[in-house]
Parts: sequence; C-alpha cells; structure tokens
Amino acid sequence: MSDKITSKQLLGQLLQKHYDEALEAKKRGELVAWSTSIAPNEFCETMGIHVVYPENHAAAIGAKGGAIPLLETAEGLGYSVDLCSYARINLGYIKTLDCVADNIPLPDFIICCNNICNTLIKWYENIAAQLSIPMIMIDVPFNHERQVTQARVEYIKAQFTEAIGMLEKITGKDFDYERFYEVMRISAESCRYWKHAMSLAQQVPSPLNGFDIFNYMALIVCMRGKQGCIDTFKLLSEELEESIRQGRGAFKEGEKHRIMWEGIACWPYLGHNFKTLKSYGINMVGSTYPDAWALLYEPGDLDAMARAYSSIVNNCCLEQQVEYRTGVIKDFRCDGTIYHLNRSCKIMDFLQYEQQRQIAPATNVPFISFDGDQTDPRNFAQAQFETRVQALVEMMEEQKKAANNSQGGVEHV
Amino acid sequence: MSKFDQLIDSFRKPLSNPRGTVTEFKKTTGGKVVGCLPPYCPEEIIHAAGMLPVGIWGGQTHLSKVNTYFPAFACSLVQTTLELGLRGVYDDLDAVIIPSACDTLKCVAQNWKAAIPQVPMIPLVHPQNRKLQAGIKYLQSEYENIRSQVERIGGKRITDADITDSIGVYNRHRRVMRDFVLLAATYPNVITPSIRHLIFKSAYFMEKSKHTELVQDFIREVRQQSSITWQGRRVILTGIMAEPESLLELFNEYRLAIVDDDLAHESRQYRVDVPDGNEPLERLATAWSNFEGCSLAFDPGKKRGAMLLDMVSTSQADGIVVCMMKFCDPEEFDYPIYYEQLQTANIPVLYLEIDQNLNSVEQLRTRIQGFAELLK
Repeated sequence: MSDKITSKQLLGQLLQKHYDEALEAKKRGELVAWSTSIAPNEFCETMGIHVVYPENHAAAIGAKGGAIPLLETAEGLGYSVDLCSYARINLGYIKTLDCVADNIPLPDFIICCNNICNTLIKWYENIAAQLSIPMIMIDVPFNHERQVTQARVEYIKAQFTEAIGMLEKITGKDFDYERFYEVMRISAESCRYWKHAMSLAQQVPSPLNGFDIFNYMALIVCMRGKQGCIDTFKLLSEELEESIRQGRGAFKEGEKHRIMWEGIACWPYLGHNFKTLKSYGINMVGSTYPDAWALLYEPGDLDAMARAYSSIVNNCCLEQQVEYRTGVIKDFRCDGTIYHLNRSCKIMDFLQYEQQRQIAPATNVPFISFDGDQTDPRNFAQAQFETRVQALVEMMEEQKKAANNSQGGVEHV
Repeated sequence: MSKFDQLIDSFRKPLSNPRGTVTEFKKTTGGKVVGCLPPYCPEEIIHAAGMLPVGIWGGQTHLSKVNTYFPAFACSLVQTTLELGLRGVYDDLDAVIIPSACDTLKCVAQNWKAAIPQVPMIPLVHPQNRKLQAGIKYLQSEYENIRSQVERIGGKRITDADITDSIGVYNRHRRVMRDFVLLAATYPNVITPSIRHLIFKSAYFMEKSKHTELVQDFIREVRQQSSITWQGRRVILTGIMAEPESLLELFNEYRLAIVDDDLAHESRQYRVDVPDGNEPLERLATAWSNFEGCSLAFDPGKKRGAMLLDMVSTSQADGIVVCMMKFCDPEEFDYPIYYEQLQTANIPVLYLEIDQNLNSVEQLRTRIQGFAELLK
C-alpha cells in the first residue's frame, strides 16, 4: 500500500482546513465574508479575506441529514416553503448558529453574483438587512443573446471597480494589483485543472465515479483561488489517467450505462440516489458541473473575466443551454438523461421541459424526470425515483438492443 | 346613464374585449401594438413610435397547454400569460417586451421563442446595480436596443424628440394617477376597490393621453360629490397584484377601503416620474435608478418596510393586506423583513395568497372577514 496521499484525502484535509480557518479568523477578529458559489473570488482572495460559501454549507447540512430544523426555523420567520431550500437553511442558520455540519462564522460583509440565479439577490439582500452588513453586488445580466454584449461587459467591469473600492473601504487597505494578477492566474488554473479532471469521465469506462463530482465540487467552489485547489485537481487527473492507462473503470462490477444528470444533487438522498443507480450499473458521467466553474480567462484581461463570469450555463439563452447539454451527452457518451425537477430551483426547472423536447431528438437518448429538492428532504420520494430509474434502464436497454441488431450484433461500446 | 356611469363604461370598454381593443387601434390608426409583460417596460419608446403598448398581466383562464412549459409551482401570472399565448390570444400583437426581472420571467422570455414564435419577443434585462452610473449607462443600451427593434417593426425612425414628447405624456399620466389614488382614499364610498382597480387596469389598454384625460374627467366628476364619512376600515395593499376581481369585491363587502397600494400592477408603476435631462433614454434609465420599494429592484437597504410604514401614516390606514402572488420568490423573500417591521410598529397585517386563477374566493372571504372584524 502506498503512503502517497490521494486526491480524496487531500480534498478532505483542505475542506476541513477551509472551515477551521474561517472560524479561527473570526475569533482573531479578522474579516470573514460570505459569497455566492460562482461569484468572482479573486477580489477577496487578493485582500486575504476568509470567505465561506453558504450554498456549500447548506449542501453539507443537507447531506448530513440536518436540514429540517433549520428549514423549520426559517419557515417560522415567515419564509415560504416554496423558496430555495439553500436560502431557507442559511437564513435559519443565521438564527440558530448551530447545525450538524461544521459551523461557519457570521460574515462581516457579503458578496453576491447573480450569474446562477436572481434568487441569490433576494437571499443576500435579506442577510445584509438582518445582520446590518455591507453587500457587494456583482450584477451579471441574463444573456438573451448568444454573446455577452460589450455594453454588459462594460457594466460588469465597472462593478469590479466598485467592488474593489468597497473592499478597500471595508478593510482599510489598498488593493494589491500585483497580488490580484497572481490570484487571477491561480483561479484560472484551478478552473482549467477542474475542467480537465472532469472531462476524463468521457472515457469508456469512466475512471471517475460521477457522484464524486458532488464531493470535489466543494473545493472548486470554496478554494479556487488557492494553490491547494490546483494540486488536488492535478492529483485527481493523474489518478484518473492512471486508471485509464490500466483500463480500469470506477465501478468494479462494470459500467453498464452512462447517464447525464441534469440539475443539483438531492443532497439528503445522495447515498440512496447513488446506490439506486449503481444497482443497475449506471454511472453519472455527464453533468453541467464541469463547465459551471470553467471560468477561463487570461490573467489581467478584465473583459475576458467579465465574460467568463457572465457565460455560466444558467445565464445563457435557451439555444445555448440546449447545445451545451447536447454536447455533454455526446462528448460523455451518455445513454440516458435524468432530469431533476428541483423544487428549489425555478431557473433550472422552468426551461427543462423545452430543453427535453429539443435535446431528446438531437441526441436520440431517452430521459426520465423526477421530483426532488436540493436540500428539503420533504420534497423527494424514494419510490418515485426508483421507479423512474427502472424505466430509464428499460429504455436504455431497448435502445442498445435495437442498435446492436441494426449493427448486426456487434457489441456497442 | 349618469356621467359617472358613462365614465366607468369608458374605462371598462377596452378591458371587456382586449383583442377588440388591439384590432380597433390598428384599424383606426394604422399603428402597431406591442405587449408589455411585467413588471416595468419603457412604454414611452413604443408610444413615441405611434404604437399602442398594452399590458400583459395574465388573467383568469383554464390551463390546458401551459403544463408542457411550466411545472405547477410557477406563479399564476406567467402560467396564465403563456397559456393565453399558446392559444393564440396574442397573435395580433406585433411584438412583446419581456423584462427579466426574476428567474421565472427569464424563463418566460426563453420559452416564448419556442412556444409563441409568431409573436416576436424583445428581451429587456434591467441592471440591479441601479445606483451606479455604469448601471444607468447599461440600461440606456438596453433601451437603445428596444428602440431599434421597435423601429424595425414600425418601419420608421423614433427620434429623441419623439421620445421626449412621450415622456411628457407619461409623466402627466403618472401625476394624474397619483392624484387619483388620493381621491380614491377620500371617496371610498364612491370609488370601490373594484372601481379603483378598473381605473388602474384600463391604463394598460389605452393610449396614455386619452387615459389621462378620462381620469381627469373622472376626478372632476367625483369631486362634485360630497364626501360621505367612511364607516368601514382603511387598508393598504402590497404585492404584485390584486386579482381576480372577485377578491376585490370581498373588500367592498366587508367595508375595507383601499386607501393606498404598493402593488407592482398599480401604484408602483407611477411612483417616480422620469426625471428632467437631455438624453431621453438616459432619463428613462435614470428613473429606474430613482425607483424604490419594489421586490424586483435591488435594494440592500430593504426600504420597503419603512415605505409601507410611511404610507400607513400618510393615508391613515388601519392595516396592511399582503397580496402574496403564490410562487413569487422576490415577494416571498421581502415578506419576513417588512412583516417584522410592521409587527414592531403594531400594524395589523393580513396575508392573502394570490392565485389569479382562483376558482372560488370563499377561503379568502373568511380571512378578509376576520381581518375586518379585527380592525373594528
């Protein structure tokens, strides 16, 4: 047995350190910020401010089975059960300051970027109001066109300048532009390694167990401005490349079906979902996650940085969203798609039906949809999920049989 | 028929058959008609082109087609709007403008292209960093895009002077609508909640100088009547909108006068004038920057609660009725914050869930009746 650290161990260590350091920093009287998961991390990292990510924290609470008391606390404050469960967990946590996962310190200010959804704006407005703290808003207008128009780039860049000014005021320190350049380099490199590691799941069989993406994701959310993030994804890539060389897939029993998972995980039922899929030899190889943090730009190029943060899949027009997912299904050689109709996420749900209508004929791949929620366990039924997955397996098998027959019985891989 | 009834009829006419209103406008003026989805569109640009902007705010209808686009947890406003569009109700429109003020509306705009391709869609994304000069400049570019698309539809240029004139027409209309709100609070015996709503709603289906004139006539007519002491209670509505109309009849039944409102469908439209300035599109964009107290306009200061408290004191209201559009995230997020402020100030609050497509208002009846009794 090798005593070399694995990427999974490194991931665990770094995440623990991330949460511990935030608590310690707060104790020492240092500034702590809360940030949305795909907001530009570059500014706070340059300033050396500890940043915690409520979406990641809520997901961890959900996965550890601790969502209900916090959801109920938020609902007791008047938050509707129809609102995003990440937001409800976090707004509940602000009251209780206790949860089943690592606790996080309250922020001295918050930074919000609405490239994922506008719900974040409302959620963060409420944090700012409740805690009476400053809010840095990076507003990234939705792209109805195929490109980020120059007018939007200019608007976003002006907000970068505004954010820097606010940070200088909050910290009482000058912004170090040389350090900023270095942080941009590290962040962009982290994103490149993340994307590369995730893309290795395109191999058949996939060396990556797709559900591991949900674990590794925490690092690209929380630490992409740090060298440790690059190291982890470099190591993960090496491990996966080694598996590919040895022809070893993630599933010992073999990978029978490959699917794309559309939407956020059902964190409270992650184990159940994984086991259900694995029992049929299904590996989730495709998702929108590899590109969610593919924030690729040349360090120092603020136009490109503005474009990168604005071009997140959720912020793009229907045509691009369809093309992107069609590409994932093809590139990752998926045999089927599972759509999570996530009760928490209107932006991802309300284009899903039209996407299904356009993606299915473009890929000739069957799909199912199930009702769930990212962290409200009350909005998911195990039996429905299992039945739907079974139906998908039948459809995928039928399709493979038909393909084999038409190819004269040649095994399709 | 009394003059008052005649005026009410004039307000009701364009609403009783919106499609007829559209075709009538086209026939008599030869102009085009552009639909404006919630919450805020730069109608002045459409008006400057000699076109009629009409409001598209859903309605009561049976849902049979829209479930192929939205699951059940989308608000009734967008469900009914897309349903009507899928049934061809908007086919006479030359285009629609869809602002992306919330996640749901972003998806409405994108779905529109697939669902109702026969009616061209012009997107609009307001900046949320509204106080920054860069935000105003960006919004100007959005309005510039709308101007060029509307020009293409109309086949003629829209000059700055045209827009400046239209801003004048709209600012006059805003002032008259604010006068009307004060009048409605003074004459609750005459201006019932339904009539109050009718006058707001009719503005979405009439050329604005005509509507201004009609409202001015109406104000004059009502002022001739002596104001009778109101025996009931006085409330303020807050939310996106207060429909269906049967809901408003309940307010009448239980003697609750609507003395002011903070509804996106009603007074929020008229809260601020377009300020003075040189460039008309910059003026329009600056109005968005000056606007406050709407769940769809970024406000880290959360001024809405304080604004509601001001309204209560100015209009001497006895309580606030929250008209919560079911499944409206922005409004649902605002609620706990302003509710706490209202509670601290001992202002009675009634929370009503709004579904435009409600078949029966009986459940709401019990709640409104209970609230009216509480206020006694």
